[in-house]
Amino acid sequence: MNENKLVWVFIEQRDGKPADVSFELLSKGRKLAESLNGELQAVLIGHNMQAVAEETFHYGVTDVLLADHPDLNHYNTLPYSRIMSELVDRYQPRIVLFGGTFIGRDLAPRVASHTRSGLTADCTDLQISDVTYLRKDYSQLLLQIRPAFGGNIIATIICPDSPVQMATVREGVMEKIPLSQPVAGRITPVYYEPDAADQLVRIIARHHEESKVNLKAAPIIVAGGYGMGNWQNFQILHELARVIGGEVAGTRAAVDAGYIDHVRQVGQTGVTVRPKLYIACGISGAIQHRAGMSESNKIIAINADPDAPIFGVCHYGIVGDVMEVIPKLIDAYKHKLK
Amino acid sequence: MSYHSIVMVKQVPDTANISGQVMKPDGTVNRSKLPTIFNPEDKVALELALQFRDRFGGTVRVMTMGPLKASDLLRECLYMGADEAFLISDRKFAGADTLATSYVLAEALRKLGNYDIIFAGRQAIDGDTAQVGPQTAEKLSLPQITYAEAILNAEGSTITVKRKVDNGFEVLEGTLPLLLTVVKDAATPRPFRAKRVMAYKNAHTLLELEKMTEGNSLLYMDQLKEEYVSKGLFIPTLTADDLDVDLNRCGLGGSPTKVHKIESVVLGGSAHETIPPTKDGMYALIDKLMEDHIFG
Repeated sequence: MNENKLVWVFIEQRDGKPADVSFELLSKGRKLAESLNGELQAVLIGHNMQAVAEETFHYGVTDVLLADHPDLNHYNTLPYSRIMSELVDRYQPRIVLFGGTFIGRDLAPRVASHTRSGLTADCTDLQISDVTYLRKDYSQLLLQIRPAFGGNIIATIICPDSPVQMATVREGVMEKIPLSQPVAGRITPVYYEPDAADQLVRIIARHHEESKVNLKAAPIIVAGGYGMGNWQNFQILHELARVIGGEVAGTRAAVDAGYIDHVRQVGQTGVTVRPKLYIACGISGAIQHRAGMSESNKIIAINADPDAPIFGVCHYGIVGDVMEVIPKLIDAYKHKLK
Repeated sequence: MSYHSIVMVKQVPDTANISGQVMKPDGTVNRSKLPTIFNPEDKVALELALQFRDRFGGTVRVMTMGPLKASDLLRECLYMGADEAFLISDRKFAGADTLATSYVLAEALRKLGNYDIIFAGRQAIDGDTAQVGPQTAEKLSLPQITYAEAILNAEGSTITVKRKVDNGFEVLEGTLPLLLTVVKDAATPRPFRAKRVMAYKNAHTLLELEKMTEGNSLLYMDQLKEEYVSKGLFIPTLTADDLDVDLNRCGLGGSPTKVHKIESVVLGGSAHETIPPTKDGMYALIDKLMEDHIFG
């Protein structure tokens, strides 16, 4: 069994800027390392990354493994996965966490395959616990918790016989909690030797836009589900959001139905949000959706079905037709506050 | 130059329509209790492979790992235009996580051989992990391009692919052979071709042919198989024996991730305050939100 107690977080950067999700994972990783009585370390790959490496000290990282090379400027599957796999092979960390992003979801499975590690996607919670599995005792396993299978269940996944346990977590699921004082960490350079095979896939053009949507920062979110019925009905949510000063979001079903763009999806496979106010309109409240919004400060649910699970997590419940309730809500707001 | 493609497809439970006892006590899924569908992004991957064949020439083979009834899915692939279909099926493969699945798929691809591009959907709707594509590529030491939206060009052993990334896209040039995972928007799957449905509704696997011979003394298995092979209606099945796999790396036993615990989702009590859907109700609600310091 793996006796070291290293918790690793892969620090993701785009154009030299670290991803928020990486700091969220460091915050969670620090707690896991405390439970293990172990050490939090970061792996960072890129070019001119010194400042980013030092930023991780604010989250309790004691050692940053840094591969810094001009050829590593942008994420590219083959060199990044080669570096990461070699590091995992060499140091055998107990836990490795990746963001559930385009980059993390491209990289993590490749590294897990190479190192034959267990990997669980889109965890909504991570804990350390002793476990008895098939009458064998295992100490301090990583519990990888996620909703599964249509959302009727919450599954706890373990990797009892895998020396390295890996998980991906979506942006916003964990809270970003910097330390008041940075720790005195060190930076360990990782030597990168370019290899012809690293260039089997070459980036010839890149187009990035700064995201115009930042659901995580929105104090008020008006969200719609499949129960909105159609795209036209969904537009009333934009009207409500405009009047009360909120952002519009949707469930996965609403995204799949084409009512709203994927970047505005709240839930297990979208963004996790904690706004001051979350208004759930025509949302039944599957666990995958609730995983992304149940920690909102106040939740209003509007749904025609009085038995909809969303009423189990809301503070104010309105049973009624969204297309009748929302105009009344808009009128009431305008009357009271304008 | 023409290209040979293999598309990895999966039959998945229709997670949008789940009911009844679908989870077994060991935490795996009781798939027999569920209606199944063609995993949507795998269907898009097949369409993209067919379009690629239409444009550059070559062949499209499909393969799926699953229970025997996954042959339904392979027939659908033939209806759409796939040249050949292969079923990878063995009880020893059951209960596999993504690592054990990708191991068997990689061995099957090695066995089939002669491919330039392997296509797969980005992810399957029953797990949403998006892990099997990259893990299969890694096992074959192939480059991968995930989240492919379009194949822009192919020339010699180089293809140019547009892929989605966070808040944008990238254009990549990849050296073949490689593995592509395809997102939903990449293509619209063509409908089944009536002529192909007529032709391939009789395409069968070995086990299906065996069932036909059962209780029918006039049918001889060897002859029947030969007849189906000669008509191009035989769907080969690859088992653990055919693939020469290490059984320690297959199925539930070969899977590093295990389901430790399953909890039914307990709904919180109805501790919320009920607001009537009326004008007065909405006025009262705004007052409460002002008291909560959310408005005003």
